[in-house]
Amino acid sequence: MTHPRSNLATYLLRTLAAWLVTLLLFFPLGWLVLTAFKTELQAISVPPLLLFTPTLENFSIVQERSDYLLYAQNSLITSVVSTLLGLALAFPAAYSMAYFKGPRTKDILMWMLSTKMMPAVGALVPVYVLAQGAGLLDSRTGLVIIFTLSNLPIMVWMLYSHLKDIPGEILEAAGMDGATLWQEFRQVLLPLSMGGLASTGLLCLVLSWNEAFWSLNLSAAKAGTLATLIASYSSPEGLFWSKLSAASLMAIAPIVVFGWFSQKQLVQGLTFGAVK
Amino acid sequence: MAYLTLQGIEKRFGPARVIKGIDLAIEQGEFVVFVGPSGCGKSTLLRLIAGLEHIDGGTLRLDDRDITHLPSSKRDLAMVFQSYALYPHMSVYENMSFALKLAKADPAVIAGKVARAARILNLTEYLERTPKELSGGQRQRVAIGRAIVRAPKVFLFDEPLSNLDAALRGQTRIEIAKLHRDLGATTIYVTHDQVEAMTLADRVVVLRDGQIEQIGTPLELYDRPANQFVAQFIGTPQMNVVPAAQIPALEAILGQSLQAGGFVGLRPESLRLEPAQGALLQGTVELVEALGAETLIYVTTAQGAQLVARQNERTPLRAGDRVGIQIDTAAAHLFDAQGRITRTGQTQAAPTP
Repeated sequence: MTHPRSNLATYLLRTLAAWLVTLLLFFPLGWLVLTAFKTELQAISVPPLLLFTPTLENFSIVQERSDYLLYAQNSLITSVVSTLLGLALAFPAAYSMAYFKGPRTKDILMWMLSTKMMPAVGALVPVYVLAQGAGLLDSRTGLVIIFTLSNLPIMVWMLYSHLKDIPGEILEAAGMDGATLWQEFRQVLLPLSMGGLASTGLLCLVLSWNEAFWSLNLSAAKAGTLATLIASYSSPEGLFWSKLSAASLMAIAPIVVFGWFSQKQLVQGLTFGAVK
Repeated sequence: MAYLTLQGIEKRFGPARVIKGIDLAIEQGEFVVFVGPSGCGKSTLLRLIAGLEHIDGGTLRLDDRDITHLPSSKRDLAMVFQSYALYPHMSVYENMSFALKLAKADPAVIAGKVARAARILNLTEYLERTPKELSGGQRQRVAIGRAIVRAPKVFLFDEPLSNLDAALRGQTRIEIAKLHRDLGATTIYVTHDQVEAMTLADRVVVLRDGQIEQIGTPLELYDRPANQFVAQFIGTPQMNVVPAAQIPALEAILGQSLQAGGFVGLRPESLRLEPAQGALLQGTVELVEALGAETLIYVTTAQGAQLVARQNERTPLRAGDRVGIQIDTAAAHLFDAQGRITRTGQTQAAPTP
């Protein structure tokens, strides 16, 4: 604070850096939005057009060629159901790890996370064969199961770090007050972990919604999610930039709006426990 | 048959035996304090009684019922935790009424009981607040209120004052003593602070290393400690315990030969300082602590024994002065090499009114 001149320079540099990073992150998304309103010809013109008469025809073509609402419905159902199922499985697991710690609890947590370090494609063939054998190919049930399983490690970790910050003595106090395990859960633990459940649920909703690898490989026209709809515009017959962009915009719009309204919970969840 | 009986209570954490067979009988209405240094097992013992830890051996009986393996929710005990453990999402009223609500008590009865407890604890105007809007002392009172609203069979306190500042601690201690006098409830109180133990307890249980060292009224422990550990744990400043060999003059003063390897225990108030000339035992003043009402004088003898004397008069002595030390021989305790008591010093009888 003793050198106002150098302070000003640092301030300007920081501002510049912040804007640069923001633009860099925003550019692909901004370009996508612009392209979605161009004709195919405008989309591939060199130099790129910044000023043009916007058109909505891409959106109607996308809806015409493929049933947008069916894909959206698939995305909605698979992400919501897999998130709810995941929370129902992860919460008890996180609870027992946070309050009944054994000598191996840390190892189990690490092992759970390590499954996320393996590239998903490594498990593709066995998972595909299993899904085929169970008749779950191109079915929402199959996608729900695979989304739940692939998000489970993250959910357990997030809920675990949240529950760790709720002192066990509060639960013990409820027990001393005569609460049964169910009452302890319903009246004390659940209200106190609402924040953690919300942020974990939101993150997993977003992850499932955007999941592309498994939905591309395990689903097609019947159970396909919006991610598969986008991919269908990048086909061997040719690349349709503006239609691809329109489809992408339609696919991400709901989750972006949703994320906008819930960003407070999301950020809180991601940085939970980072600072006391 | 006592109200609450512990018979051979044991607890293991893995291979470590942390509670090694505790036998204790507590009468109805009694205020019992568990005291001991950290790691002695006093909190674990309380949690065993509360049902928060599994009892690995022995039996626990309350009011003629075996509760050894009953879950804490069925024991009808109330506990005040060190961290208060209030429900952060509930108001003070909801915190205090939670147990009664779970027991499906009549709402009018609940309101009456909470109002009464709030009045006793000066919480009436805070009933609608949540715990985070309260000061430490107020939270502490809510935690106590949550316990007394239920009128449980036994109150358990786990170091309830250790999160309060010194002034508030003294004040709350007095309030707890009054509360016990008014309610007459059986209470077990865990603390590492021997002043709390001395001032609150009907009986004190001194624990060390998972075992009971001595049980007795506060003054019994002070006057007739069973061993060197209790002698040094009870009383501030600590009893002076020095190897008998370090005070060769003592045999002459006591007029009795001392056991080899034994120790002499002298309460600070049984030492008198006098002019150095002609004194049997001499030393150098190291430090003078003038506390106003009393003065503590730390002295090192020529043989290296460190002693502290307490007197009610102020003193002109300063560090470095040579002094003679007079010992009230009748009050000296003697311990053998293992710390067991071999001679209990006499104490002045209380003046008869």
